[in-house]
This record gives sequence, C-alpha cells and structure tokens, in this order.
Amino acid sequence: MKLSRKFLCDYIDIPDITTYELAEEMTHIGNEYDSCEKLIPATKLIIGEVIECENHPDSDHLHVCKVNIGSEVLDIVCGAPNCRKGLKVIVAQVGAKLPGGEIKAGKIRGEVSNGMLCSKAELGLDNKFLEDKDREGIHELDSDAPIGEDPIKYMGLDDEVIDFELTSNRGDLLSILGMAYEVGAIYGNKVKDMELSYKEEGNIDFNLNIDTDNCTLFLAKEIKNITIKESPNFIKNRLIASGIRPINNVVDISNYVMLETGQPLHFYDLDRLGRTITVRMANDNEELVTLDNEKRILSSDDIVITDGKNAVGLAGVMGGLSTEIEEDTKNILIESALFNSVKIRKTSKKILRSEASNRFEKGIDPKRTYMAIERCCHLLEKYADATIVGGMVSIDNTDIKDSVIEVSLDKINKVLGTNITTEEVIDILNRLDFKVEESNNIFTVTVPTRRLDISIKEDIIEEVGRYYGMEKIEGSKLILPLKEGKLDKAKRQITNKMISMGLNESLSYALIPESEVHKYTTDEFTHVNLADPMSEDRKTLRYSLLYSLEQVYEYNKARNYKDVCIFEIGKGFYKEDTYKEELKLAGLMTGKYYLDINNTNVDFYVVKGIVEELLDYLGYNGRYTINVGNVPNELHPGVSAVINMQGKDIGIIGKLHPSITKDDVYVFEINLDKLLSNRTSNIKFKEVPKFLGMEKDVAFIVKKDITNKEIMEVIKKSGGKLLTSIELFDLYEGDKISEDEKSLAYKLKFQDPSRTLTDEEVTKVFEKIISDVETKINAKLRNK
Amino acid sequence: MKEKVELLCKEIEEKISNAKEIKELTDLKVEYLGKKGIITELQSGIKDAEDKKEYGMQVNTVRTCFNDLYESKLTELETLELNKKLESERIDVTLPSKRIRQGSKHPMTRIREELEDLFVSMGYDVYDGPEIETDENCFQKLNLPLGHPARDAQDTFYLENEYEAYLLRSQTSTGQVRVMEANKEKGPIRVVCPGKVYRRDDDATHSHQFMQMEGLVIDENVSMSDLKGTLETFCKKLLGEKTDVRFRPSFFPFTEPSVEVDATCFNCGGKGCPLCKQTGWIEVLGAGMVHPNVLRMSGYDPEKYQGFAFGTGLDRFAMFRFGITDIRTIYGNDSRFLNQFTRGDETNETK
Repeated sequence: MKLSRKFLCDYIDIPDITTYELAEEMTHIGNEYDSCEKLIPATKLIIGEVIECENHPDSDHLHVCKVNIGSEVLDIVCGAPNCRKGLKVIVAQVGAKLPGGEIKAGKIRGEVSNGMLCSKAELGLDNKFLEDKDREGIHELDSDAPIGEDPIKYMGLDDEVIDFELTSNRGDLLSILGMAYEVGAIYGNKVKDMELSYKEEGNIDFNLNIDTDNCTLFLAKEIKNITIKESPNFIKNRLIASGIRPINNVVDISNYVMLETGQPLHFYDLDRLGRTITVRMANDNEELVTLDNEKRILSSDDIVITDGKNAVGLAGVMGGLSTEIEEDTKNILIESALFNSVKIRKTSKKILRSEASNRFEKGIDPKRTYMAIERCCHLLEKYADATIVGGMVSIDNTDIKDSVIEVSLDKINKVLGTNITTEEVIDILNRLDFKVEESNNIFTVTVPTRRLDISIKEDIIEEVGRYYGMEKIEGSKLILPLKEGKLDKAKRQITNKMISMGLNESLSYALIPESEVHKYTTDEFTHVNLADPMSEDRKTLRYSLLYSLEQVYEYNKARNYKDVCIFEIGKGFYKEDTYKEELKLAGLMTGKYYLDINNTNVDFYVVKGIVEELLDYLGYNGRYTINVGNVPNELHPGVSAVINMQGKDIGIIGKLHPSITKDDVYVFEINLDKLLSNRTSNIKFKEVPKFLGMEKDVAFIVKKDITNKEIMEVIKKSGGKLLTSIELFDLYEGDKISEDEKSLAYKLKFQDPSRTLTDEEVTKVFEKIISDVETKINAKLRNK
Repeated sequence: MKEKVELLCKEIEEKISNAKEIKELTDLKVEYLGKKGIITELQSGIKDAEDKKEYGMQVNTVRTCFNDLYESKLTELETLELNKKLESERIDVTLPSKRIRQGSKHPMTRIREELEDLFVSMGYDVYDGPEIETDENCFQKLNLPLGHPARDAQDTFYLENEYEAYLLRSQTSTGQVRVMEANKEKGPIRVVCPGKVYRRDDDATHSHQFMQMEGLVIDENVSMSDLKGTLETFCKKLLGEKTDVRFRPSFFPFTEPSVEVDATCFNCGGKGCPLCKQTGWIEVLGAGMVHPNVLRMSGYDPEKYQGFAFGTGLDRFAMFRFGITDIRTIYGNDSRFLNQFTRGDETNETK
C-alpha cells in the first residue's frame, strides 16, 4: 500500500515531522515499510521562461535558448522539438540531481549550456504515468506559472510516499481513512470528516437479484448526465502517488474513493448494461472479456455480475469490457458491494490480482460500502457535473456489529509481562477511537466495525502492546520447574561416528526427478509426487538417498574433485495406505581414504568396514550379516552385498555399476528406522579370562567360489565352546596353487574361562575342525 | 715373574685399546682366557711355582687387568655399535602420516545441534515430526483456515492429487500442533522443533528446502517478557554476547499478540551497514503468544494456559556464522566447501 503524505493529511493532522520519521513510527506499531521516498526525487528545479530560442548553428535539431529563471537568465541548449520562445518550462539548474544523472555546466557542440529543460519523463515519474508527449518533448507549464518558483510544488507533485508492506490481517489499512486512524492513534489526533453531501433528483428504477450466498451486500446507485473530462490535479496527483494511472474524471473517482475508503467500486455504462443486475456463480467454461481486453474462462467457483443473462463483470476482481465507461458515456450505475473473501481470493489467484481483489480478500467494513457510494456521488456531482438519481437499490445480508470485548488489566499485564496502568490502557484505547468503560480494572471495549481484525481479548492486548511499545517490554528469565530436556541421541551418535570415520556430512535436496525415484532399491513402492513442482528435476520425493549422493559425486567430479567421501541422514518417502517416511543413512565413497604415500583408495572392504564399525558401535555386534543377496541394478552384481539384521534386510553395500560410472565408487544405505527398531542391551562386564588360551594356525585351499563366510561357519560349528575366535590372516591366489583355487589361512584361538587347556584336547578339536572343513566344503589342508 | 706380568699387562692394554669391533674383542678373550689362552696357561704354571701364593696373586693381577680393560672396552664398542645402528634407522619424520581422511559436520548440523543443546539445557525437549503433513496440522490447527490470506506468505508444495489435504510442511510450527495434541494431560510444554521445511522459492537467499526451528512453551504464567528473555539468550548464544533483541508488533495467525524479533546487526554490531539497511537491526525471528484458538484446537484451555511460540530459519544463522553469502552453497555439497568443516565444535565465542 502506497501512502501519499498529502492524501493522508486530507484526513489527519500530523506533527511537523519528516515522512521518514512517520514511517519509523508506523514500523514501531507493526506496519513495516519497503521504501519512503519523494514522489519526484529530482532536486534544483525551477520554473523558467524561454525568452530566446534560436536554432543551433551546428545542429539540425538543437536549440540555443536564453531562459529567465527570475534571478538570472541562463544559456541552455535544448533538443526538444516543442521548445519555443515564450514557453514556461521546468529548468534543472547546474548541480540538479535527476534520475538520469547530475546536470553539469558545459558546452554542447560549442554552445554554452548551463542547465537543462526537462520533460516529465526526466523527472523520474514511473513510465506508466507518462504519455508519449511526456517523453518526446519538454513539459509545457501553464502560461501563468510563476517564474523562479519550485515547479514540482506548482504541479502539486511535491508529495512523499511510504510504501507499506502490510500484514494480511490489516485490510483496514488498505485505505487512507484506515491509515488516518492508525496514524491518529500515534499522535492522539482525531480523524477528519469526509465530505459526503450531494443533491438528488428523481428515483431509481432498477432490478437487482442475488443468486448466491457469496455476495452479502450489493448497493446500486444511478447517476445521470455525467461529463467525461480530465480529473482535477489533486485527484490525478493523489492517484499517481498511490500508484494508480489517472484515466478520466469518472474512472479516477472510482479509484480515488476506493483509496479513501478501502471499498472497491465499479461503474457500469448504464445504457450498455440495461436495467437489471443479477449476481450469481459463473457456469463452468462461461466466458467473459474483462476490461483489459482478455478473454477469461470462468468456473463455478467464480462470482459474476450479469445483466440478467450474460456476465458483465468478474465480481471483486475486474469489470467486463462490454459495459466499460467510455468517452461518450452519459449515464452510469455505481456498484458498491461485498463478496466472499475466500472466493475472491481463489478467483484472483487463478485469474488476476487487482487492487479490488486485494481489498476484498482481506475483508471490508460494510459501513464503508455505504460511505463509498455517498462519497462517489459527492465527487461526481462536483467534478463530473453529474445528476444523482434519488434512491438506491440494495440487498444487505450483512450482520456485522461493533464488537464488545472484556479484558482485565491483570490479563493484559500477565500476557505482556508488563506493569501498564489503567490510565495508560484507557489512553491507548481512546486514541484508537475505541469506546472504553472501566470498572475494577476490567475494561469493556467497544471496537468499531472498521477494525474487523479485532474480536477477542488477546486482540485488545495486542493493541495495547502495540501502542504502549512492544520494544519497551523487558526480557525476563523464564522460571519453570527443573526438568531434563529430551533429545533423540541416535542420529547424533551416528553422525559423529561417520564423521570420525572420515566421511563428510552432506545435505542435499529431498526432491528429485520422478524418473530416478525407483533407482538404488529393490523395494516395490508407490512414490510421492508434488502437485505443482517448480521443475521436473524437483518433482518427486526421494525414496533412497543414493541418487542425491550420486549427483553430489558427479557435481564434484565435474569440478575435478574426485576424492569424495560423504554420508547423509535423511528421510525416504513413499505411500501405502497413508504417507510414510523412513529415516535413512546413505554414504558414497571414492578416491583416497588413507592419506599416506601409498595412495590407498577406497575399496569394497573399506566401506564394509565402515558399516560394520558403525553397527558394532551402535551395539549390534554379532547380530547382523553382510552377504550376497538381492541388490539394486545400480550396483555391480559381483561387488555388492545386503546387510541383514536378524532375518530382515536393512541395507545394501556395493560398487556403482559400470553403466553408471566407470570410476570405482562405492555406496551404502541403511534404513535407520528398521535398524534402530532393534533394541540393544546395556553394556555388562564379563570376567576377563584368568587362564591362558592356545593359538593354532591352519590354511585351506578351496575353489574360488567358496566364501570366507562358508569356511568360517564350518570352523565355528565344529570348534564348539573351546574355540573363542577365528581370524582370517592370509588370502592367497597365485601360481603356487591352481588357477581356480585360493588359499585362506586362519588363526584359531582356544580358551576355557575356568582352566588351562591341555595340548591333547586342543589338538583333538583342531583335528576335528580340519577334517570337517575338508569333508564339508571340499577343502584341502595347505602344507605348511 | 713380576716383570713378565707387567709386560703382559702392557701387551693386553695395547691390544684391547686397538680393538675396533666387538668380534676382535671376543677373539682377544679367547686368546687370553680361552682353554688354551695365555692367561689360562699362565695359571696352569702354578703347579711348578716356588711361591705358589705369590704366583697366584700375579696371575690374578693379569686376569683382573684383562677383565677390567675388556669390560670397559666392550661397553665402549657396544655403545658405538648401537649408535651406528640407531643412525642407520633414522627416518624422515616429515613424511605424511598414516591416517584416514577427515570427516566433517555440515554447518547446518552444527547450528542445529548448538541450539538443541542450548534448549535442552533449559529443560526443553527436542521434537522433529514428519515432513509430509496434513493441511490441517500445517495450517488449519494453527488458525489458518482454508482460504486465509496469510497462506500467501508461504507458497506451499501440495502433494499430487492432494490439494489442500497433504503437503510438504512449509513451517516447523506443525511441531507445535503435534506436541500439544500428543500431550495427554494437556499440561505444561517446553519444546523446540528443528527440521527441514519446503516452499516454492529459489534464489540466492531462498532455497526451496531449508531448515527452521520452532519453539513452544506452555504454562500458566508465561508472558511476552519471558519470551523476550528466552530469545535474548537464544540470540546471544548464536550471534554473540553483545547482541540485543528488539520486538516489533506484527501479525501471525497462530500468535496474538505477535512480534517480529530483530537482533543487533551481526555485520556492523548495530552501527548501520548495507546489510541492515542502516538500521542496525536484522530481523531474525517471528514470535508471539500462542493464539487462544490454537490452544483450544489442540485441546488446551486458554483460560488456564498461555504460552509463547517462536520460529526462525536456521540457514541464515549458519550463513552469518560461517560467512556464507549464497544459500545454495549450503545445499551444493561441494567437497571443497564441506572440507572446511572438519574441526570439532568451535570453542571461541563469536564477536
């Protein structure tokens, strides 16, 4: 909302302060502003008269002028085609600052020029307020313009504008009157009355029907014999300062009154409209050409104004072209109405945001609906020579009364944490022009309908707080009973562990392309799309985090950075009967991991080690397996495994498939919700063995497709209780054994917590292990 | 005999002192003290000696002479040899160490954890709810009914075919609703809800995905003044001890009264700079007293309880703390960016 200082001062007196100070005061009571500027920021302008105008000897379009500015006569070279002797002009003196730059003394093609004659465009008025002539030539002031005076003041454009960013509850501030009440309450000044008087002739004859609940109030007033002409300067200037383009006196008055009262109005050419208006919901696919000459396709959610048959206006948003006010319009019908704010919001969001829809969306005081009609009549009579037809056709289903709210001084102070006195509260409410009665520190406040945002005692408390000064509230230390704050530590533990194992935590977007969502998983699921994505790349919620990590890898690789070790904890989304989300941990590792000079790169076993280290750290030691299994197509089928926790697959590890990247990139992903649903036990100390154990080494030669796990399982089973640990310490493939074989050497540890073992019993177990491995998996004992 | 012994001792002294290696020395031991050694043979001559006692003493003199010289020479040579060995084992200690690469904690996690710890220390619980939410939890129960104009402030992502039903949460205020609804006794609450939120917005200062933190305190006597005290603690922790906090009235549908909260500009310390548009203040939070409708909709009696709520974007705090100028850097995951966050928690206070 652009607030013109001059417009505001029509309705409220303000002290002698700068407009910037006013803007700051308004900010303190909750009305932020975007900018606070002069309407015309140009400086050092003065009214002058061209007393001589000769053609430039060295140019076919420049003029060499002598310009009288009262105190002196300036030599100025001017290129405007309309520059001529006797013209009153706007002179920018040397040193003047214009939007286009500073005016300097100098010579133009050899002729002295000490200033510039200005066009309207050069003053810095927004383009939309300019006509072609304002750009093509210098501005021609009236012949009675006083030489030596300030031209901006003379034109009435010496205004200042605050552009407020209002909060959505303050629809009342979308009017000069509303602003006047708000400002008046700051300085304790009363809002001035609006001139509403006019004469009436005859009586209106018009049919009005409302066929929808979405129009609660409709007033129609007939005006005859208008004269369309230019608006008086004060109306034009106030419209310009408010950001609205002046068109002609009649159209300008409808906008002017909307700005004053906050009530949008619509004027119909009565001779084109006919004698009937029916307000109804539009039919699906009903068409309407609006004032801006656009064909709009409507739906049954939009409210339309019709002439009984065809739509002539999109209610609350924009009028129709067919009944537009034109140069030859003689008789008009004024519409001042209220429409359902939610419907208007929907329609305007779909079709067009306008000054009108913005106000309807936020709610309007019905009293203003009536006031606006009267104000229009007053102005049309005065500035369009109109005859006001007596009577008014109206349908009023509004039920809005002043609200009466009770609030105690105690509650005010309890909420604000202040020590405001009864007198202060009464003073604030009086300044707001609310009626207030007080007894025993209980206030009964009558809030006028212009403040539709106030309905409960907390709203009154806010008003008191706003004008008391929220910045005056002192901070206090909240005193509440001691209690332990609860925090889910698992995520932190995992984060810290991953970091300590050398991975960078990444944070990527949860939205990915739909085409990628089923990658990096073997799960069957229904993915989740957005209704209205910003782009195809951010359309679908990820299920696996690995696509995002692959993208991070590609991003880094494209920047020549190839040692990427990252992990991320985030959610995967899908839909079953309801929407589901599961916390996941994913990692991607490639390039250098050990930083010594051997340049050891990440391989499968590094990543597997990281996963095992994490799971053991979290307390799952011995409860999971990492084995071949069903892995996603994006992984190398021979270099990948499934992490299984007590019978359930909870994750995957593997190398990226060569079809995705030729580089050695390894990834893992663990479903943390599934993992953490397995409870872990507390740490319990076990007695340290008192008796020495015995170690024995053994090596087997087996076929290459036999896994370490298979051999270990046989050893473990046949070793029984005495065998306390098995460690693979050597793996050999090479020319000492045949090509399809490998050799695995294990260190076996035997121990009994209650006694020292004898050689014989250990040897017995050891031999049983060897023979079991030999027979069960066709292994050969390797000669030492 | 005595002269012979003296001669022998001289000879021993000369030979031992000339020995260069331990091997030479042990050879000398064999030569003198071995089975057929010179001293051994001298010893066996005792049986022919006239004065056996005197003879024995003389032999002992030679033996002692040899042993003393031998031991000291041995020590000398051993030390020499050890030093030689040590020297040969010298390594280049400036070669790279054997370590794994360093991991790093993301700046957003750092900020989030710091705030979580602060609030946990003041008895707040930490809660993060689902990111897919109902319109009801994200708006309606926060006093933003369907069609409410304040919804425009947040351009929300609805899910496909779920317009005005299911959405990606656009604010962590959903946590307020969930925590209040879950509180069976409808008793006091102290909670912060940090988490990811989503809005249709993407430029240098806005990302369509970002982090917010909501705070909620409900009790019988909680006031705006307590809110201010709490936010002062919050802002001093994140922005430095010298930070002041200022309230400006504002509007949020879920609080009444509502305030915007400004903190002393962290760029200029309040003197005025382009970042704070010369005001010395930066808007950092939105807050207010929980609207009675919000309390009522989640089963609380607004006549008995009142409370405050506050919400803020964590990204800009991270941007300030680490001097990041483009929010997209935070979500870009450039390794050269992430690698700058390898050290442990910061210990020094911010300005």
